[in-house]
Amino acid sequence: MAAFSLYPVLATAWQSLFLQNQAVRVPRFVGLENYLALAQDETFQRVFGNTVLFILGTVPVSVALALALALLLNRELRAVGLLRSAFFYPTVLPMVSAAAIWLFLYQPNFGLVNQAARALGLGGPNWLGDNDLVLPAIMLMAIWKQTGYFMLFYLAGLQNLPGEVFEAAELDGASRWQQLRFITVPLLSATTLFVTTIAAAGSMQLVDQLYVMTQGGPDNASNLLLFHIYETAFRFQNQGHAHAMTVILVALLMVFTVTNFRHAGRRVHYDG
Amino acid sequence: MLDRLGLVLLGLVALLWTVPLLWSIAVALRPSDVSVAAGSPWWGGGLTLANVGEAWDRVPFGLYYVNTVIIVFGILAVQLVTITLAGFAFARLRFPGRDLVFLLVLVQILVPLNALIVPNYSTIRQLGLFDTKLAVMIPFFASAFGTFFLRQTFKQVPRELDDAAVIDGAAWWQTLWHVYLPNARSALVAFSVVSVSFHWSDFLWPLIVTNSDKSRPLTVGLQTLTQMGESGAQWPLVMAGTLLVVTPLLVLFLLFQRQFMNSFMRSGIR
Repeated sequence: MAAFSLYPVLATAWQSLFLQNQAVRVPRFVGLENYLALAQDETFQRVFGNTVLFILGTVPVSVALALALALLLNRELRAVGLLRSAFFYPTVLPMVSAAAIWLFLYQPNFGLVNQAARALGLGGPNWLGDNDLVLPAIMLMAIWKQTGYFMLFYLAGLQNLPGEVFEAAELDGASRWQQLRFITVPLLSATTLFVTTIAAAGSMQLVDQLYVMTQGGPDNASNLLLFHIYETAFRFQNQGHAHAMTVILVALLMVFTVTNFRHAGRRVHYDG
Repeated sequence: MLDRLGLVLLGLVALLWTVPLLWSIAVALRPSDVSVAAGSPWWGGGLTLANVGEAWDRVPFGLYYVNTVIIVFGILAVQLVTITLAGFAFARLRFPGRDLVFLLVLVQILVPLNALIVPNYSTIRQLGLFDTKLAVMIPFFASAFGTFFLRQTFKQVPRELDDAAVIDGAAWWQTLWHVYLPNARSALVAFSVVSVSFHWSDFLWPLIVTNSDKSRPLTVGLQTLTQMGESGAQWPLVMAGTLLVVTPLLVLFLLFQRQFMNSFMRSGIR
């Protein structure tokens, strides 16, 4: 286990201090130069910005949507089970297959998205070929893919809410909206923190679709950090930069998961 | 009344959610001589499995299937052994440095393997495993999350049962087999469901450590087909290939919906 997760973190941190690319025959120790070069690099800046945008664009929307779905689907009905599955099934699909399907949906001429747009009298843009549209298009797909998964945690959270509190609120004449706003949502805050952190950490690893749909293009408009690490290491053969970016990615992921764990520890404590 | 209206609305959104899948099925089963661009995007005047057959011939899906099954169940088999033993050791055995080692396990949950493709690739190269199925599997043989999950499960087994077994003269492995494992069945099932669907879907890692059909899984094979499709715009073929990749997972999911969702929920950290 240590060989493939603990050792590589240390190894990659060490390697990130060396200049290694096709131009140098023997890796040379350069200290933090790879990091400084990345800070100056326009592609890296763009990719980093995209990654932040991708997180900010997908996480809040899918978490909010997941909460809304869970609230509506928190009842025991046969039809409800079916609806839950309809929202959950994208989680089970391999990302590559989902990407193949969405590549087709977004196809500019006969893709279903543009056919629907034209039927409504709207223009049909080239979603994946447009600098401004490509990232939102990928985000939409990511939201579709993940929301059902997050919904599960809210459903479980709702099951664990204490019924007495709602009875008391009812007696005090609280409306359903007030109960939702002042009781349900605050009591679910632990779930929200958990879901948000796994969503953020997960969205940083969501890159298979780029390989299928855009290769990070056009002009890096849809490129994300992990995909850029992949292409830097295996296409551009710039190992030094790839290692430095891996360190940055791991550091970011740790921030999210440590938050999650600290909170998980607290929750266990509260439960006694 | 409002409630019913809400449910109907929700049903419509759910329908929208299933459109990508339904459409890909419709296109995959469409006669390939009826262009998707012509007429209805949903109905091409008939249903046929010809595209599926052609996709199967175009890239070696049979081989990819065998590879995927070997990889996925190979990983699972090893994982079940390692996480059971490690989970048991951390839950009930006493040995020097146990808590420190467990802390190391926890640290590893923090770092997803996806992020470590570059250094792990070098390790695979150094081990001489490049382009083998073992290379695709080996990083996942031990699961930090699974170890943690099983430890929690084992800790909930009452001590008295354990003590009783020891008094009856059971060795530690007999206790594990007869006392702990029966109590961990549902946890092991949950872990297996998630492990199988996760590794069935894995793409970037197998793409990097393989370069020939003999060791590539379905996901990487589908990508080859997708690239062909883009150039020749043979969408029915690509959608047929997609169905070939997702059908086993989807069928299992449809058969065991509740079990699937419970499993994914219980193993939230993966």
